[in-house]
Amino acid sequence: MSSQDILVVAETNRGQLADTSLEMLGAARQIAAGTGGKVIAVLLGADGSAYAEGLSAADRILLINDPLLAGFSPRPYVAVLESLLKTESPRAVLIGSTSIGLDVGPLLGGKLDVPVINGCQSVSVGGGVLTVTASFFGGKLLADVAITAAPVILLVAPGAFRPTEQKGAAQVETKGSPVPLDAGPAVFEEMILPDTTDVDITQQDVLVAVGRGIQQQDNVEVAEALAASLGGALAASRPIVDQGWLPMTRQVGKSGMTVKPKCLIALGISGAPEHVEGMKDSGLIIAVNTDPNAPIFDVAHYGVVADLLEVAPALTDAIKAG
Amino acid sequence: MKIAVVVRQVPDLIEPVEIADSGKAVDLEGAAFRANEADDLALEQAILIKEKFGPSAVTVVALDFGDIDNTLYAAAAKGADRIIKIPYDQAQPPAPKQAAAMYAEVIRSLGADLVLVGTYAHDELESTLAPLVALKLDLPFVGVVRGVRPSADGSIATVFKEFPGAAVAKMNVKLPALLGILSADEPPRYVPVSRIRSAMKTAKIEEQEVGAAALTSVATIQRLHHPAVGQRAEILQGSVDQVAAKIVSILREKGVLK
Repeated sequence: MSSQDILVVAETNRGQLADTSLEMLGAARQIAAGTGGKVIAVLLGADGSAYAEGLSAADRILLINDPLLAGFSPRPYVAVLESLLKTESPRAVLIGSTSIGLDVGPLLGGKLDVPVINGCQSVSVGGGVLTVTASFFGGKLLADVAITAAPVILLVAPGAFRPTEQKGAAQVETKGSPVPLDAGPAVFEEMILPDTTDVDITQQDVLVAVGRGIQQQDNVEVAEALAASLGGALAASRPIVDQGWLPMTRQVGKSGMTVKPKCLIALGISGAPEHVEGMKDSGLIIAVNTDPNAPIFDVAHYGVVADLLEVAPALTDAIKAG
Repeated sequence: MKIAVVVRQVPDLIEPVEIADSGKAVDLEGAAFRANEADDLALEQAILIKEKFGPSAVTVVALDFGDIDNTLYAAAAKGADRIIKIPYDQAQPPAPKQAAAMYAEVIRSLGADLVLVGTYAHDELESTLAPLVALKLDLPFVGVVRGVRPSADGSIATVFKEFPGAAVAKMNVKLPALLGILSADEPPRYVPVSRIRSAMKTAKIEEQEVGAAALTSVATIQRLHHPAVGQRAEILQGSVDQVAAKIVSILREKGVLK
């Protein structure tokens, strides 16, 4: 028999609680208000004590400390969470749609044979039924999904929820792993940080970001000219980096950089959730895309439905003309 | 080294995504399909391993959904040694859980040292395929990988797993294993149409039947809907020069341009 509690799997990123963790606590409080359950935050690591205060929106904070949890490897993480799910029997488990979450969530769901919903953007509880709105098809489609099974694993889209101001009982429980752990077949060796000699796009006031609509490498110079005319720097969505046209240090989005420039001009970027997550808080967003239905127009302040290869040079000329 | 790669076709997002009359499924009638990008990168990674890390055989496995023959022949043109198609005659793709059972049945018989599957496909709503195939095959799994370097003796692979902020975790994974690929060591290679046409004449698509996948879903889709479009963006109208002038005016007003 499941409880009505909501379990949040928190994460840290370079010595800080990941924003996603705080956002998931906001989502968990919404669900718990409907189910009448408690919010339980769980953090796996070598020593999570420094992060407990940041998780105070939870009613219970479980810090699972073990040296084998210091660097991420799927097997030990899944073993601990599998054990916790059996003992805590939560109604729902919230996991970030992150590098860690995309490994752990489906593995956990598969092992326990429980549903896993990707891309969760909003939640509601009515008549005892948990309903989740999830984004797929690159953000072009939303699904309202009713879930009666418990537990359900929700992979939460970063940035979809606001961190809550609400405080929980914040009862901290520090424990070792509930199950014996071994390093397993996949061993974390080291974290390789990005090259710091390149431009730091997180520190720029103006960014011109290019996406698939740029079509070919030679066209990148069109965007580069626009960025130069604005005294800004060039950034990119994932496909451009995958093509090797710009380095990973210029990538905006889930596994790239989170940027908040005063102005971001998005050229030929469709606005997939993974990209939007990294730029949605920019001060002024102007998007140019040939597809009037592109999700980028949902986050942009101003939009132009046109070919970037016509608009960008004209804009560069207009800026230079003063 | 024996490498197996899963490739899938997904609806091309350049076209509008239509919702069926039921309001609960995607209308795929007349939809354009394309190779799933992350799978394409998984194939690229497999071919790179074959080219750089000694004798290897790459087998590509796909469910017969969308225009999959095109993707399979393109894989052969890129250097895949075997291309296998699993017959499937449903209008909707199976959920990842059901698809995992079908792929695992074929891949198990290949005795692969390394199985590569794209980390995600944009049409996945319930879970993702790669970790579920790993569970079915009882193989170690690491996902969100952007580079794979097998050891000389093929006993381990050093993999690079993406993390936020352009950070990458270096991990050593004992083989056999299944990796969820997000990006390859190099961009996907371009294959001329002529070479794909040539592959159509020389490569043979093998068909392997597997047990039928039940199209069951644990979650009930109540409604599919499109997000509100242009809710925030004010669309600027006019000629290219008029639009450029309007943007300059906005940039001045917002203090971006002095």
